[in-house]
Amino acid sequence: MTAIAWQRRRAAVGRSWQEYRRHRAGVAGLVILAVTVGIALAAPLITDAEGLDVTKSTGGVLDPPGNGFPLGTDEQGRSVLLLLIWGARVSLLVGITATLLAMGIGTLIGVAAGHFSGWFSGLLMRVTDWFMVLPRLVLAIALASVLGPSMVTIIVAIGVTSWPGTARLIRAQTLAVEARPYLERARALGAGHWHQMTRHVLPNVMPLVLASTTLEVASAILAEATLSFLGLGDPTRISWGTMLSRAYASGAVTAGSWWYLLPPGLAILLVVLSFTLCGRALEAVLNPRLRDG
Amino acid sequence: MLTVRDLHVTYHSGQTAIPAVRGVSLDLAAGERLGIAGESGCGKSTLAIALLRLLPRGTEVSGEILLDGEDVLGMSFGRLRAVRWVGASIVFQGAMHSLNPVHRVGRQLAEPMLLHRTVPPSKVEERVTELLGQVGLPPWRAASYPHQLSGGQRQRVMIAMALACEPKLVIADEATTALDVMIQAQVLELVTCLATERGIALVMISHDLSVLSSTCDRLAVMYAGRVIEEGLAHEVFTAPRHPYAAGLAAAFPMVGDDASRLRPRGLAGDPPDPARLPPGCPFHPRCERAIAECESHDVRLRFVGTKHNAACVHIGGLVT
Amino acid sequence: MARYLAAKLGSVAFSLLMVLFSAFFLFRLLGGDPVQNLTRGREVSAEQKAELRRELGLDRPLYEQFLRYIKETLSGDLGKSFEYDQPVTSLIAERLWPTLLLTGSAMVLAVTFGLWIGTRAGWRRGSAFDRSQVSVALTLWSAPTFWLGMIVIMVFAATLGLFPTGGMVSHRVEPGAFNAALDVAHHLVLPVLTMTAVIYAQYVLVMRSSILDELGNDYLVTARAKGLRDDIIRRRHAVPNALLPTITLVFLHLGGVVGGAITVETVFSWPGLGYLSYEALRAPDLPLLQGTFLVFSGAVVVANTAADIIYRFLDPRVRAA
Repeated sequence: MTAIAWQRRRAAVGRSWQEYRRHRAGVAGLVILAVTVGIALAAPLITDAEGLDVTKSTGGVLDPPGNGFPLGTDEQGRSVLLLLIWGARVSLLVGITATLLAMGIGTLIGVAAGHFSGWFSGLLMRVTDWFMVLPRLVLAIALASVLGPSMVTIIVAIGVTSWPGTARLIRAQTLAVEARPYLERARALGAGHWHQMTRHVLPNVMPLVLASTTLEVASAILAEATLSFLGLGDPTRISWGTMLSRAYASGAVTAGSWWYLLPPGLAILLVVLSFTLCGRALEAVLNPRLRDG
Repeated sequence: MLTVRDLHVTYHSGQTAIPAVRGVSLDLAAGERLGIAGESGCGKSTLAIALLRLLPRGTEVSGEILLDGEDVLGMSFGRLRAVRWVGASIVFQGAMHSLNPVHRVGRQLAEPMLLHRTVPPSKVEERVTELLGQVGLPPWRAASYPHQLSGGQRQRVMIAMALACEPKLVIADEATTALDVMIQAQVLELVTCLATERGIALVMISHDLSVLSSTCDRLAVMYAGRVIEEGLAHEVFTAPRHPYAAGLAAAFPMVGDDASRLRPRGLAGDPPDPARLPPGCPFHPRCERAIAECESHDVRLRFVGTKHNAACVHIGGLVT
Repeated sequence: MARYLAAKLGSVAFSLLMVLFSAFFLFRLLGGDPVQNLTRGREVSAEQKAELRRELGLDRPLYEQFLRYIKETLSGDLGKSFEYDQPVTSLIAERLWPTLLLTGSAMVLAVTFGLWIGTRAGWRRGSAFDRSQVSVALTLWSAPTFWLGMIVIMVFAATLGLFPTGGMVSHRVEPGAFNAALDVAHHLVLPVLTMTAVIYAQYVLVMRSSILDELGNDYLVTARAKGLRDDIIRRRHAVPNALLPTITLVFLHLGGVVGGAITVETVFSWPGLGYLSYEALRAPDLPLLQGTFLVFSGAVVVANTAADIIYRFLDPRVRAA
């Protein structure tokens, strides 16, 4: 791309950022996410992974906070705070990866459906609509039951069930972009399908996709938590969802072990809320009609 | 029956204050027809909705609007709601969105009558048929939805609706602007006929000076939130004294008049942004006859002739 | 109109066929050899396996198996559950009512409150009420449903002892239909509360945004000009228009409601179809999983088509000429 185009893009991004800063909720969300991701990435540096080993746990079973365990212990005597920090890594990783997968599939299908016309496009939209209607959790359970419980299963299950929303959005945008005259000119100059889609359509479609993706990550993290809770995740890995699953299985609910139940759930709530606020702020910035909404 | 005194309307959007109307005064007698002309952004539509206090919440309004002696701006909410549609009604532009898409036409016509109880419920259907007939629509149209009507038909429904409670004043805000020329002529004739028949006062708002000059008794030309020329319609249209009014009048050629075809036409430039008005006379950046004084001196209406006023520095023999 | 309905029926049939096909694909093809699954952990000879294979029609070509599968499903034979040793169909029939009770109650509450509060919030956009309601809705939406359930159990059942911790009926209930109903109602409170909370959040936000979309429209100015009161304008003019897109979105979200039903029933051990799916998953009991997959997916597909038809009746602009 030419230097001018890049300059203009940079200027546009700068303006968008200024606009974004006016949304306090969005900025708050961004800060929380930065802190959370920071802690998750720094986990090996700031904590001792040894504490995660079940055979080396030193605390009592379901102990309330105190005695060097700021958030108490789980049913195997491990520090809940430690589990919380390490659980962040898996929860965030799965959420983001699954969303990238969904976004990838959605973009591919969306652009294809918008760009090509005729029965092919119609078929793609039919399939998309059908996937959209299908209950996500039901399909995820079905997939997970045949693929076996693991992190990859969850990523695939979420990815395969979340792409329709993105596909629809991208198709609508593609149709709008393709109606613009410069695409016609590009075609007259001999641009092939691939060139048209990657050089012209995609860059214009991307900003709105960014907002939609951010919101998708929020749903993906919720989905991961639910699927892990239902026992479809890797039992050897710790995520916020598996923590809650174990809490439930070990009777922490009836025992009233709030230190084990509250933190993972609150962590999920906070992270999902932050992604949602960022996504909404992005939508408001990119779609002026929604401003002040 | 309508007196507007020194009306000021300022919108507030975020931090900015946008003065849409800056001191407008008008008088209208019963049965009289006043035309208000101007380009978009001059404040004429704001003036129209201000007359019934329909401005959005948070808008600053000051001045007096006397409708049959009562100040609209000072009324209690209850009194205001009772006066709306009964004392004065409005015909809006673009009736596609001014009519509720999910209600049938008949229901929308009946609504104000039932609300204000101007007609007993048993007679409402009859009255709806009557109203439709007056605007040239068949009775079965009452069962139609707005999207089933053409633009001209919808506008006629709006007119019928405006007459439903037999108001003494009808405000037509760009009522014919979005219509084809033929339909426009029909609708205009309809409005003026009905108004004459019932002695209804009319305030017609448009950017089309030629339309106003043929249907109204008096004309007021607005620019940047102020009336810059007012007088008898014919006089203002054929012999305008304010450069802007002259430009506006000249912009509409008269069919059949060869001389007008050759006359220089059109106004250069754009109307000013109400939030950032130029100093002095707001028209001076576009004015061919601007002089040094125009930039510093904001002119008010000056006497030109009987009932004819214009706000230009060149009037009153001050400067040639 | 008849043509439209016929087209819709065709569309539903096609979608249901796709559901059947995906079930077949997932459970028969991906799920591995059914004979292996059936005979897992049991002493079975090679001849018995071959016999079973012939019985189940597994030695026939794939498309024949698919056709047979469709025939069986349509005639109500969904196979037999491994775990319960009962026909899947009868298991589903047993557990249907509790799910309908729970989901139905939650939907009624969520729709009622969601649309009501969403309208009020959007109408007074930017007010303290609006901002607080949006915050509440966003927070509820961000909370995992099952976690809310666990917290609710911990606080109201385990600690405060006001409600049972799970299940639908108590072991010892006073005789009589009224007492039985009361007992079920008592068990119903916490699960309904949990399920409603999250669905409500979604509906509030959707209705609010629909009302916001209507706020800019001219017909509302006309209504005010006529002298109508603010709340009447809201109820009679804005809401009917705003409801149309809301209905579509509500039905589109049904898949999420089903997911909510599964998690809530699991947390509260509520004996419905959702809990059945969970139990099937744990085993794993493939025929049962397949059966619940079919029922849930089929129900949502049919509901969405019904929504399209209903919408068509409600929106005069879309109604066939």
